[in-house]
This record gives sequence, C-alpha cells and structure tokens, in this order.
Amino acid sequence: MAKRFDIARLPGFAPIALLSFVALYLPIFTLVGYSFNAGNSVAVWSGFSLHWYSAAWANETVKAATLRSLSIATLASAIATVIATMAAIGTTRRRAFKGQTLIYVAINQPLMVPEIVTAVALMIFFGMLKQVTGYQGLGYLILAHAAFCIPFAYLPIRARLEGMDLSLETAAADLYASPWQTFRHVTLPLLGPGIAAGAMLAFVISLDDVVITEFVKSGGQDTLPTYMLGQMRRAITPEVNAISTLLLGLTVALLTAFFLLTRKRG
Amino acid sequence: MSRAEDRQARASTRNGWLLSVPALLLLLFAASGPLVIVIVYSFLTPGQYGNVVWGFSPDGWIGVLFTRDIFDDTLGLADAHLTIFWRSVKLSLETTVLTFLAGFPTAWFIATRPPKARALWLFLITIPFWTNLLIRTFAINEVLRSEGLMNTVLMKLGLISAPIQVMYTDTAVLIGMAYVYLPLMVLPLFAAIDRFDMKLLEAGYDLYASRWQVLRHVILPIVKPGIVAGSILVFVPSLGAYVTPRVLGGGKNMMIGNFIELQFTQGRNWPLGAALSLLLLIVVMVALLVYVRAANKGSNPHG
Repeated sequence: MAKRFDIARLPGFAPIALLSFVALYLPIFTLVGYSFNAGNSVAVWSGFSLHWYSAAWANETVKAATLRSLSIATLASAIATVIATMAAIGTTRRRAFKGQTLIYVAINQPLMVPEIVTAVALMIFFGMLKQVTGYQGLGYLILAHAAFCIPFAYLPIRARLEGMDLSLETAAADLYASPWQTFRHVTLPLLGPGIAAGAMLAFVISLDDVVITEFVKSGGQDTLPTYMLGQMRRAITPEVNAISTLLLGLTVALLTAFFLLTRKRG
Repeated sequence: MSRAEDRQARASTRNGWLLSVPALLLLLFAASGPLVIVIVYSFLTPGQYGNVVWGFSPDGWIGVLFTRDIFDDTLGLADAHLTIFWRSVKLSLETTVLTFLAGFPTAWFIATRPPKARALWLFLITIPFWTNLLIRTFAINEVLRSEGLMNTVLMKLGLISAPIQVMYTDTAVLIGMAYVYLPLMVLPLFAAIDRFDMKLLEAGYDLYASRWQVLRHVILPIVKPGIVAGSILVFVPSLGAYVTPRVLGGGKNMMIGNFIELQFTQGRNWPLGAALSLLLLIVVMVALLVYVRAANKGSNPHG
C-alpha cells in the first residue's frame, strides 16, 4: 500500500472517535446489564437473575402487545415489500419517463415529513373513518405502517435492480420466454436478496414505530413500543429493560442477516 | 424513432406507471393524502371537547403566535409558544453542532481504517442507527437519571456528594438527542470522507500547510456535501422530535412535537395543533430545499 498512514492522521481525532463509540455503547450495555438485575430496583445491582424476563413473559399485557407488534410488522412489511418491488421495477431500467421523478418523490415522502405531522394527519383521517365505518380494528395500524415502510423496502430493491445485468433477461426473451416467464424465472430470483433486504428493513422499521402508532391506535391496541412508552410515565421497572433487550437482540439479528444478504459477492 | 420503437416506449411508460400505482395509492391513503385534511382542520373552530366544529375560523393560525385576552379580547404575543419554538430550534441546532463535533472525527477515524476493520467499525455505527429510538432513549435515561450510571460512578469516586439532577432539563434533552442522532451524522460524513482522495493531503503538506490548514482549506471544503447532508439528517428529526423530549424532558421542557400532541389531548385545540403541524412541515420542507440546492452544487464543484 502506498498510502502513508501518518498523513491521514489528524491529532485528537482517534480519541474523540473512540469516545464516541464508548458513548454509543455504554448506555446500551447498561440497559442490557440491568435487565439481568435480580433486585426490584433499577438502581441497585443485586445479582444476576432472569427474573425480569420471566416477569415480562408472565405479563399478559406484554404478551398481547408483542403478538400485536409482530403481526402488524409481518403484515405491513409484506404489503410494503410487494408493492415496493412493483414500484421499483416500474421506475428503474426503462427509458426515463414523464412523472418518474414525481413517483420517486412520492415514494420517499415518508422519509421527509416529520413523523409527528403524519401521526396527527392519520389520527384525524382515520378517526373520521372509524366513525363512519364503525370499524376500529388493527387494519388502520397495518395500512399506516405499510405506508411508511414503503421507502425502506423500495430503496434496497431499487439499488439491487440498478446493479443487475439486463442481458440475462434479454437472453430469456430471445429464447421465447413470455414476459411473465422471464420475470418469474430470471428477474425474481436475481432480485431475491434485494427483496429480502427490503422486507427486513421494513419489518424493523414497523417494529420500532412509536409516534404514528401512538396516535393511530384505538383503545387496547398497544404495540410493544407504545406499551413501553406508557410504562415510562410510571416508575420504570427492569421489566421494560428486559423487553428492550429482547427487541435489541431481534434487531441485531435481523441487521446481521441484512448485511450478509447485501454484501457484495466475490 | 420508428413507429414500433415509439409504441414500445409508450408501453414502457404505461407499465412504469401501472406498476407504481399500488404504492402511490397506499401512500395517498395513509401518508400524503391526510395532510390535506390537516390544512382544512387548521381553519376550523375548535370543539368544546376536542375535535372541531365545522365553521371557518382563522384562530388556529392566529393562536400559533398570539393569545386572546379572556377579558378584553385583545391579542397579545403568546410567550409560552415562542419559548417552545425557540427551545425547539435552539436544541436542534445545538444537537446538530454537537453531533458534528463528535461525528466528524468518528467518520474520519472509520474512513482511515484498513478496509477489513473499516467494515466492522461501520457496522458498529449501523447497529445503533437501526435500533429502536425508544430503546436508545431508555438507555441514555439509565445513564442520566439521578440513581443512574453517571451519578453512581461520580459519587463512588467521591467527585460529587449528591446526585446531579440532569433529568427533566433542556440539557438532558440535548444529550439524549445528540446520543440518538449521532449515527445519522456519522454515516453521510463517512460516505463523503470515503470518497476523499488522500493524495490531496500529501499535496497540502508538500506545500507546507499545517494540519489545521489542511483540515480547514482542503478537507472541509471537499467533504462539505457530507456535512450538509449529515446536518440536515440530524436537524430535521430533532426539530420534530417527540419521544426523546417526552422521556427526558418531562412535561415542562416541551419541544414543538410534544406541544402539537398537547393540542390534541388536554389542550383540546385541534385547529391550533393542525396549524402547528403545518408550520413544522413548512420549516422542514425549507430545510430540505436548502439541502437539495447545496447537494446539487456539491455534485458539480467545477461547474
């Protein structure tokens, strides 16, 4: 390597960087550590125990909220991934057409509008619908989640499509494959990792949402994050730490999978 | 262009639109469309128990800046509102500066590691980036609260005799926001520094520039698009922050996000809440436009 290291070194930068990493992880480790605290208090360490995990497990409200979070995230990310895949195919690898930029901006809109503004808008609009239709179910939360998950599913799929070789599809068409056959047997398998990555990001984003859920949910529709936020009003119990640790573990597992999927081959 | 080609191009455009329609419809239904209702609501009369009464009233917008005196019906500046706006803007700017001061050296450090180590350091930044914001707010809460890690350690060391009360102050909100948004600053800065040609440093030093001069006149101007991107990515969510100020700031140290919520709950002034939401949206859109213009300039530095 010709690059000389001392040239890129700027005095004081490495210590600040290492401090930043410590600052990023120390609070997370504290939270994880205290979730294994045997004691009743979040303040005093009184030995290792899985007590708070079993307490969370035995808590029917937590169980219901977890199940709700997982079903919303599964359905919302599935919807978002299917329609984001279609949109990604519709907006890449063809001659630039009128309105393409408009579609692109519309799809990325949830990334630009502050969450609290969307939350308020949905609360008003879905509130009207709830009154008119009488339907109060989880459908509203699922659609709201699916909508803000679209850009997170769209972007990795689009990135994958743009890096793909067109010639394979041309070859398939030359061999008299119908457009559907080409899509089913050539495009889709090649696109697979991008779709999986997009679906995973959408899932994580849906699972994490607090603000929009807090405003859209009807009574008794707490998800895990809104339940945890509600607990903050009272005294925090290590139970919340235990739930946080489990969610954290799930996020890290999904992220690792995401990185393995999107890693450049060869 | 031949006729067949022309037909093909038109079919391609049509398919492009058709494939995008489901996404656009869902976004219209559950993201962009309802914003129109917010505009309408901001011009209606507040209902007594929340919601609105259908009748035009400019009071929602007037209420953003003014309060009506209950006795003589005169308008006066709403100091409480101004305090909240000022706190939101100030805290968001401070968060941006703080994350830059910590984030720039961090991004530089990652970008100058050998390739294999670089991927690992980058992964370490991405984990907090994708971790639930609420969980990270809880985590920083564990450090800051009076019986938390910071006070326990300081007291064990004998540096303080009583816990420092940081929680429920602006400082707590600032530390919390800097903590949760730091990865948003580091990632675009890293992307910019990663493209930076280190040979330029050599050129600078060959011309007898000091390290400070190289940083000031070579590095910073070239990575400027990354700085602008990172600042916007931190400033925009800070300004609309809801969870972090609610958990760390308590009820007293509200930011605009919490103030909006208040109008839809105890405040029972939905039109004011709607007007405040739109105000926030406008400020964010202006910030994004500034960013887009700066980014376009940055991509064509010799133009």
